Amino acid sequence: MGPQKGKRGVPLMSDLRDLYQEVILDHHKKPRNFHKIEHANRRAEGYNPLCGDKLSVYIQLENGIVKDISFVGTGCAISTASASMMTESLKGKSESEAKEAFEKFHQLVTNHSDSPPDAAAMGKLAVFSGVREYPVRVKCATLAWHTMRAALDQSQGAVATE
Amino acid sequence: MTAAANKNIPYDVEKARRDFPIFCEPVNGKQLIYLDNAATTQKPQVVLDALMHFYTRECANIHRGVHYLSERATESYETSRAKITRLINAASPNEIIFVRGSTEAINLVAQTYGKMFVGSGDEVLISAMEHHSNIVPWQILCEEKGARLRVTPMNDAGEFVFEQYERMLGPRTRLVAITGVSNALGTVNPVSEIIKLAHDRGVPVLVDGAQMIQHMPVDVRALDCDFFAFSGHKMYGPTGIGVLYAKERLLEKMPPYQGGGDMITSVTFEKTIYNKLPYKFEAGTPNVAGAIGLGAAVDYLQSVGLENISAHEQELLACGTLALQALDDVRIIGTAKEKTSVISFVLEGVHPHDIGTILDKHGIAIRTGHHCAQPVMEFYGIPATARASLGMYNTKEDIEALLWGLRKVREVFR
Repeated sequence: MGPQKGKRGVPLMSDLRDLYQEVILDHHKKPRNFHKIEHANRRAEGYNPLCGDKLSVYIQLENGIVKDISFVGTGCAISTASASMMTESLKGKSESEAKEAFEKFHQLVTNHSDSPPDAAAMGKLAVFSGVREYPVRVKCATLAWHTMRAALDQSQGAVATE
Repeated sequence: MTAAANKNIPYDVEKARRDFPIFCEPVNGKQLIYLDNAATTQKPQVVLDALMHFYTRECANIHRGVHYLSERATESYETSRAKITRLINAASPNEIIFVRGSTEAINLVAQTYGKMFVGSGDEVLISAMEHHSNIVPWQILCEEKGARLRVTPMNDAGEFVFEQYERMLGPRTRLVAITGVSNALGTVNPVSEIIKLAHDRGVPVLVDGAQMIQHMPVDVRALDCDFFAFSGHKMYGPTGIGVLYAKERLLEKMPPYQGGGDMITSVTFEKTIYNKLPYKFEAGTPNVAGAIGLGAAVDYLQSVGLENISAHEQELLACGTLALQALDDVRIIGTAKEKTSVISFVLEGVHPHDIGTILDKHGIAIRTGHHCAQPVMEFYGIPATARASLGMYNTKEDIEALLWGLRKVREVFR
């Protein structure tokens, strides 16, 4: 009983580093595009009742292009970093590219398909591939993405991942 | 009683641990450190044996067949009811209704007693620290009846504010529904005083005992509560079985909850005569195995002694609270003077969910989230907490492991 440091500590730490990569921790501490866009023409709210994560995604869509995208809210490291990195990756993308990115990201973190997406093709977002080893955390990683898609679709009401 | 007889025997936690097979083998490759007892408790071998025995030796439906096995099963089921009657000192087994759990027990009261005695403009009074299962059934009732759900506040420590309660207990209050112990904070409420005041004003009281029954001796007649709800799986018994205790004279007045077999004396297409208590409230084949398993859990708890368990858990609570208080970056949520062994906390700069994942990786199971008590989280202005809830088999080493785990969390988030 009690912590068996030698036995537990070393391999586990590297395990956890697969989930909590430096880039993720950095975006958690200093989330990018973390503000409201006052005149955003697309907006949605996401909520994960399991952990109480709440966030709003703002999009300025012009001629089918994501001119600007931002978010505000509270969440765990995974959901905050995912939101932050999503906003970085989608700026300047077309609406259909953004939706395609959603699908790819979802596949990356769930990996239910026989042919997992090429992590390298995901660019920086590949750091989230560790999430697939933590099924209960998938909802954290995808909350911002679901919310972004809802904003593009202008779905009514809040998005819940439950 | 067995419990009283055990008062002088020192409690041996290592011996108790050996009663639980889950601690005898690694879980997910690690020695399990289980600190999620407020969600559900592990099961001792005697409970598992009782379930196995029923299904291998006694399996039959109850209250029906004239055959040997049905008689045996009926007897075992009713023996469990008698054990529960004694455990909580009910006046009669007629007052013990088997249900799925506390949630169903509360819904039963809302949909029968509530429907009959709560009308338009009336009020149901609950507290600010209720579990969703003692909020939503009353919301449904109030909405249907045009009644009002009122909420007595708590203070910053997470304690019941008696003066406010006194003020809110009004002429339209038809029922007080209060948790005995808060699941999210561990606060022990002054239920005896709450009941006394309500009764002075002619108002019946339901006590949600889901977080109480496993931590302290409960005497429903001494409390004089009108309803008492609890779940088997939080008191070292099986899932899917729980109990509603209600005073017989109230049960007599209440309409049935569900219709079906077993709850009737005779049925014609014109008229049905309901069965006597407690069967009037047990429509359909009940969870026979679960009830028998719960009876075994009651025997087990009494053989160990709830006083012994309580003393052991209080020692762990004091030790864990002291250790966590000493950490600069930890804030304990819920600091009532009287608590059960629940320590809810937040760690600066780290979301509870991340704490939960990292601790889990080290074989430490805690609960993270809102604990089905979102209004409590809102009160403290936090989305969630991490909660370590201790049971009869936890040790100081488990608390050390938690502290060690929190250091690992900080290493990741340094």
